[in-house]
Amino acid sequence: MVNTLEEKKSLKGGEFLLKDSSYKDTFIPEEMNEDQQMVRDMVLDFIKNEIYPIDARMEKLEEGLNELVLEKAAALGLLGTHMPEAYGGLEMDTNTNTVITDYFGSVGNGFTVTYAVQTGIGMLPLLYFGTEEQKQKYLVPAISAEKKVCYCLTEPSSGSDALSAKTRADLSEDGKHYTINGQKMWISSSGFADTFIVFAQVDGDKFTGFIVDGGTPGLTLGAEEEKMGIHASSTRQVFFENVKVPAENVLGKIGEGHKIAFNVLNVGRYKLGAMCVGGARKGIDLSVKYANERNQFRKPIASFGAIKHKLGEQTIRLFAVESALYRASHLMQELKHDLMKGGKSFTEATLISAEEYAMECAILKVIGSEMSDYVVDEAVQIHGGMGFSEETAVSRAYRDSRISRIYEGTNEINRLLTVNTLMKRVMKQELDFLSPAMAVQKELMEGTTTPLGEGKYGQEEKTIKDFKKAILMVLGSAAKLQMEGKLNLKEEQEIVMNISDMIMDTFVAESLLLRIQKLGELTEKPQSQEIYDAILKVYFTDMNAKIAKDGMDAIVSFAEGDAMKGLLSGLRKFTKYPPINVKKARRLVADTLIEANGYCL
Amino acid sequence: MKLLVCISKTPDTTSKIAFTNGNSEFDTSGISYIMNPYDEWYALVRAIELKEANGGSVTVINVGPASNDQTIRKALAIGADDAIRVNAEPKSAMYVAKQIAEQAKAGGYDIVFTGKETIDYNGSEIGAMVAEYLDQPFISYGVSLEAAGGNATVKRDIEGGIETVELATPFVVSAAKGMAEQRIPNMRGIMMAKRKPLNVVEPVAAKDPSVTVSFDLPPAKTGVKLVDPENMGELVRLLKEEAKII
Repeated sequence: MVNTLEEKKSLKGGEFLLKDSSYKDTFIPEEMNEDQQMVRDMVLDFIKNEIYPIDARMEKLEEGLNELVLEKAAALGLLGTHMPEAYGGLEMDTNTNTVITDYFGSVGNGFTVTYAVQTGIGMLPLLYFGTEEQKQKYLVPAISAEKKVCYCLTEPSSGSDALSAKTRADLSEDGKHYTINGQKMWISSSGFADTFIVFAQVDGDKFTGFIVDGGTPGLTLGAEEEKMGIHASSTRQVFFENVKVPAENVLGKIGEGHKIAFNVLNVGRYKLGAMCVGGARKGIDLSVKYANERNQFRKPIASFGAIKHKLGEQTIRLFAVESALYRASHLMQELKHDLMKGGKSFTEATLISAEEYAMECAILKVIGSEMSDYVVDEAVQIHGGMGFSEETAVSRAYRDSRISRIYEGTNEINRLLTVNTLMKRVMKQELDFLSPAMAVQKELMEGTTTPLGEGKYGQEEKTIKDFKKAILMVLGSAAKLQMEGKLNLKEEQEIVMNISDMIMDTFVAESLLLRIQKLGELTEKPQSQEIYDAILKVYFTDMNAKIAKDGMDAIVSFAEGDAMKGLLSGLRKFTKYPPINVKKARRLVADTLIEANGYCL
Repeated sequence: MKLLVCISKTPDTTSKIAFTNGNSEFDTSGISYIMNPYDEWYALVRAIELKEANGGSVTVINVGPASNDQTIRKALAIGADDAIRVNAEPKSAMYVAKQIAEQAKAGGYDIVFTGKETIDYNGSEIGAMVAEYLDQPFISYGVSLEAAGGNATVKRDIEGGIETVELATPFVVSAAKGMAEQRIPNMRGIMMAKRKPLNVVEPVAAKDPSVTVSFDLPPAKTGVKLVDPENMGELVRLLKEEAKII
């Protein structure tokens, strides 16, 4: 499967940790082509014209509005940009789809969830695992929004441990239908869905996907949940009481429901990461405007250092995550393109490329949702008392953002998954972890250091290499103890979380560096290179401290005595990014936004 | 029905306005551009609606450099059939009108649309000048337009009311709010835009008799003076002596 990657020397999933990357191979949002810019503007116009005027009514979950907006989006072709032409889609490239999802994130109400469910976890099971008949019957009307779809996986007693679902399906004696019994919970879009993708245990132990038509006798809904946020999204329980489903509505194979669930979640996570970026961009924009408008002590609060720190930091974190989003998107796009050139269908290529970069998708979900929560939290703070009032958009943004750390796999599950996926790939020998880990070992023994890279960003290139070495050292040592039977990482989730954070922070820091190196070569860009350099340096300073802390927490949790001392000394060596004046750099970034009175990067 | 829509590229409505070169030129640094909303939302969309109802074609025309192509392609994405770009800097209204008129004459259009004004210089001149060059009637500030079989009814905004005008094609009309509603280009439109013809033609010689001497920004807002509600005499004094409004 990965032959094409090897020929092109593109990175495999997770391989960013083990190899150097070149900025020439990445995609940055400043390179959006004319079509992508037009698509972006179109999404923003759609939100402005079709959602803002009914926003307050949507927030009250007024009946029919989610459906109406989905139908209007479908009429413009917005729901099928990632779907094959044969089913009414447009087969647009991954980066363009990332732009669409990113900017849909700025809707500012729970319709983001409705959109993500319909186009993601709703359509993808049908695309990936549906038979031709199922696609014609359910996918085509999902793309045109004639049918609204929901995805029923979670149950009262099974959330993160999804495969332990209790809902069961039993085949009738004549083999013509299954009878489903059970209960699903937190089902987004269920209040108006026509098609239910349902997971149930066939004979009580074979986890399997089904397509169930809304209105089938025995399928009933609970009341709308009273949620903390995303009020515009419908969320209900779904009950199945002797619901008879034709045998041809089994989705995929019996006992292979986990394949549907996991593959769909890969894309779901990347999409969620993208939407968090769009939402955060809007949060920063609101923050800047308010800080400029609000006067205290006879000055706009934007003129105070405490507020500039917040605006600068919001922007730096968003910019870094945005860099990671478009980098991962481009990796998926390149692989998909190669697979299609090699004869795979659009659908197969979509599935394989998301599976290959499952680790990067999990990373995007975690870093996107945590960055978004930070941005909206500070947006409320900048708004002061007004931010605590439901009158302001940031209050809702704060509530709406919180769910992103929970659904599509909690951030804790995704952190575990990141390290697990990496280790599984290493064990299967899909990734060569051993050689670089040995090289780090050798370097520590010999006392050599990573040389500075060439050019303006030589220090940052060296720092990224060092961060990777720190991870190889810590993870390699833990893995060695595990193999010797002296450590059981399954029972030491705190250590896995530490290592996972180091991996994620390194992925984002490297993505940011690649973007800024590429920006250095662009003559036309939104801001001067000095601003981008300030972002880079602050982020590297912060990640250096964070990786040092996470590495130390991990080391002292599993190593003792001289081994611990040796590892800590190595860690210090690998986290030596030189100090810079971060106050000045953050102010430079903040002042740029304050001057433009909005997000302008 | 052959329809021509004049479109202009203008700074985004949120742009910060500044001038250079002794206040005689608009400072374009850091400016992002859009299609002039009056041209896009009202003129172009109404022309497309008429084509959809009666058949025919919609051509858009712009006078400007190659960097305007992106704006032109947005018009194609919204639904215009083809485009003409006159490859010249739009130096003045008269110059631009002459270029448009030359192309309009050659194309033989039934109706030429403009927006009621551009949101940058707010000249409202192009429509009337094009009509003059073409020796055709001009209807300004059109808020509705029905046309079929060589005749048209145009409602236009006048002070305090609406005037209804009937006339035969060909004519030139400038479109104001109400003539149509903004239409968002659909995905297929965006994908098709690059495949539609965008013909670049060179300008004809034209007079450019006026020269912009300078631009002046409105005076900056001054601070607010707070007057104690108990001290109304002071308020009256300030309104009289400082604000000089009573």
